[in-house]
Amino acid sequence: MNEKPVMTEKYLGLYKDNIDKISGRSSPFINTFRADAFDKFSKLGIPSKKNEGYKYTNLSTFFDHDYESYFMPVQADFLKAEKFRCEVTDLDAHGIVLLNGFYPTLKEKLVQLPSGIWIGSLNEAAIRFPEIFEKHFGKYAKSETDGLIHLNTAMASDGVFVYVPEGVTLTRPVQVVNLVQSDYDMFNQHRNLIIAEKNSNFSIIICDHTLSPQKFLTNAVTEVFVGENAHFDIIRVQNEHNNACKITNTFIHQERNSVTSSNNITLHGGLIRNSTYHILAGEGAESYSYGLFLADKWQHVDNFVNVDHVVPNCTSNQLFKGVLDDMSTGAFNGRILVRPGAQGTLAYQKNNNIILTDDAKMDTKPQLEIFADDVKCSHGATIGQIDEDALFYIQSRGINKREARLMLMFGFAHEVIQNIKIEPLRDRMDNLVMQRLKGELSRCASCMVKCG
Amino acid sequence: MEKDQDKIISDVTTTEYKYGFYSDIEMDRIPKGLSEEVVRLISAKKNEPEWLLEFRLKSYHHWLTMKMPTWPNLKIAPINYQDIIFYAAPKERKNTGNIDDIDPELKKTFDKLGIPLQEQKHLAGVAVDAVIDSVSIKTTFKETLAEMGIIFCSFSDAVKEYPDLVKRYMGSVVPYTDNFFATLNSAVFSDGSFCYIPKGVRCPMELSTYFRINSANTGQFERTLLIADEEAYVSYLEGCTAPSRDENQLHAAIVEIVAEKNAEVKYSTVQNWYPGDKDGKGGVYNFVTKRGMCKGENSKISWTQIETGSAITWKYPSCILRGDNSTGEFYSVAVTNNHQQADTGTKMIHIGKNTKSTIVSKGISAGRGQNSYRGLVKVLKNATNARNYSQCDSLLLGDKCGAHTFPYLEVDNSTAIVEHEATTSKIGEDQIFYCNQRGISTEDAIGLIVNGYAREVINKLPMEFAVEAQKLLQISLEGSVG
Repeated sequence: MNEKPVMTEKYLGLYKDNIDKISGRSSPFINTFRADAFDKFSKLGIPSKKNEGYKYTNLSTFFDHDYESYFMPVQADFLKAEKFRCEVTDLDAHGIVLLNGFYPTLKEKLVQLPSGIWIGSLNEAAIRFPEIFEKHFGKYAKSETDGLIHLNTAMASDGVFVYVPEGVTLTRPVQVVNLVQSDYDMFNQHRNLIIAEKNSNFSIIICDHTLSPQKFLTNAVTEVFVGENAHFDIIRVQNEHNNACKITNTFIHQERNSVTSSNNITLHGGLIRNSTYHILAGEGAESYSYGLFLADKWQHVDNFVNVDHVVPNCTSNQLFKGVLDDMSTGAFNGRILVRPGAQGTLAYQKNNNIILTDDAKMDTKPQLEIFADDVKCSHGATIGQIDEDALFYIQSRGINKREARLMLMFGFAHEVIQNIKIEPLRDRMDNLVMQRLKGELSRCASCMVKCG
Repeated sequence: MEKDQDKIISDVTTTEYKYGFYSDIEMDRIPKGLSEEVVRLISAKKNEPEWLLEFRLKSYHHWLTMKMPTWPNLKIAPINYQDIIFYAAPKERKNTGNIDDIDPELKKTFDKLGIPLQEQKHLAGVAVDAVIDSVSIKTTFKETLAEMGIIFCSFSDAVKEYPDLVKRYMGSVVPYTDNFFATLNSAVFSDGSFCYIPKGVRCPMELSTYFRINSANTGQFERTLLIADEEAYVSYLEGCTAPSRDENQLHAAIVEIVAEKNAEVKYSTVQNWYPGDKDGKGGVYNFVTKRGMCKGENSKISWTQIETGSAITWKYPSCILRGDNSTGEFYSVAVTNNHQQADTGTKMIHIGKNTKSTIVSKGISAGRGQNSYRGLVKVLKNATNARNYSQCDSLLLGDKCGAHTFPYLEVDNSTAIVEHEATTSKIGEDQIFYCNQRGISTEDAIGLIVNGYAREVINKLPMEFAVEAQKLLQISLEGSVG
């Protein structure tokens, strides 16, 4: 990785040309991370296929393209964002809209909800709550191999900040809608920080949408701190057009007896890469990681999961599923790491994939790395088709083949969806998946772009 | 029970490597180091034809451009290739092939190892090719086999007597550019076994090669080529030991198998190189490239390995399933104790239609041993109805050891069914308690459980080896529950 490809040079140049502009607008504390992150990025570069974590994902189709970078939010854009309304009308949530990676409000940049929760702009939070902010920001998003995380730290300047104080239970989820919209091909980055203090309980929904047909590249990093006994769920719904590339890196740090779940539902998107890092740093912590993707045309979806059992007596569970149609490609990379001394670990992982056509391709790489002996760890991975016997069984009960196939595929996908605890969202997802499987979802939901 | 376990663990860690003796044999060694001259010298010593020398030189020059790979999950001390003797052979007496002409010291060595150089009655079912350091000493039952048209001889003899066959197949499965150690082997390989089973012949006895490293500072680089022509069947065994020494010795071998239409090859290994002492000092580096090609329709290659020795094992016996309906199998038990490390697994490349592969890998880690399974199942676009099933289990004995699984599944065909599952756990206290309760001592209980655990693989071994393998497991692990 010594010779730096042209691709990396481009982003290095981007940093050098714009760092003053970016720093000028960001809080001083966020700026203290930039130089070091830039150093690391220039060493690691944009991950190539030689990088073990990106073995099956070719980023060059999206990274090797000339984008305008979005560094400065414009007021006119904010007005557009204000107009956006989520289609899931019965979903009762605290909504936030993020436009091109910025928190675009003309009013207050950081608001307090009645229960004492703070939601708002990351940059604003760094200035208003330095103590809390400095305790967590940049502490969990670490990587020795993935340059994109450092690229984000070096250049991202805004995103969502959520702070849930001790003991607060939020019955309404927080919904973050990430919109990308522009008149030109655009590269943008954002950074989120979510802090759930001791004994708190809440969920966050992150929806990714594209509002215009241009080529987009988004590189996001989310850091989550989950305190003792806290419960936290993150649900990500990705519904972007085929010309959009979305890279998300989520780091969930868990303290003692906390329970978290992460759920990535990918319905549409040109190139999607979801990296989820679960760090089980307190005894008795439980983490659940789910993922589902439905890919067709030339789409590529890559789910990367890393569960790190640092301390004894933690439980983790992963379930990832994929359906591949047309010429789509998919990748799964799941790793369970049990560190020395992490006795009493229970870790499970399951990855099932269905390939529908001969042109689709699936690569999966489940891994176990275990350095303690009193553990129960297992993983299973399959790549195959719909069970012919099951198909026959349903047909023999008078249901036609097309319908039977749909039922089986829906059941396959539902195993992931059923883990969404928010009912209206779960129903909506079931609905969307059904439409998607029927091929009726040719237009992304709540998207104004027709993507062929 | 706690006390019992401690005692058993200490028993296990102090079990001596019983093949660690050294025989004082008059040896013919070339100077240390590797250079073009050394490659030429090895070739000259063996009176090789020009084409083989060219092959060696081509490999050597390619090797110079390569770097040792760093991707495996292993800690390897740097290897100084200029500090290794690349060729060492027992001084030749008269080469008549007669048993009486073999150095009595040599004969004694093999007797001590339990390998009969004489065609003894009670082991009449096995034909042995004995290789010490760089050369093959004796091949038994050569004549009996020749009657059926089976060629079983040392690689050097094959080069002289059957150059056409060697030329045709050598490097066809593992090309000289394949990987760092395969290329090194292609440049300096000394001897090995060659076997050809003609059309329609079912080999009546087990063929076997026994490898012994004896000299100090030498590397062992042998090459085995196994060809099963149409409708042929052969079962082949391989065993190996080395003296206990403080320095690490390098063993970089190549095994190539070609199975033509309807042929079946069964290749079994019981690997018991010197594993180093309990502090991880010394031991053999076992870096081997093994690959089989199912060339014709309905052909089958089956690998079975019991890996108990070596300080570091790094090998992936693989199958290229090119013929339609061909089958590849891989059964492995890998044991790491003390400071041993193993990074082993297989590659199954499905190219032909209706190809099937099965992988069963059982890792056992004890002491500070690190055991990794690394495997690839690749289904190419045209491999319609390909089927794979993989199962990788790891058993952990002791809290300092590690077990890792790195499977790669790459599927490019919608009719393929690929399944992989892996589990990692230790021997359950309740399992041991259950045995104790029925009057079985903790030690026996663990032996029972480990043997049951490895049984699926051991059952695949030919009878003669299964017994040895079972004993080996017992020695290496009996009772070391953590």
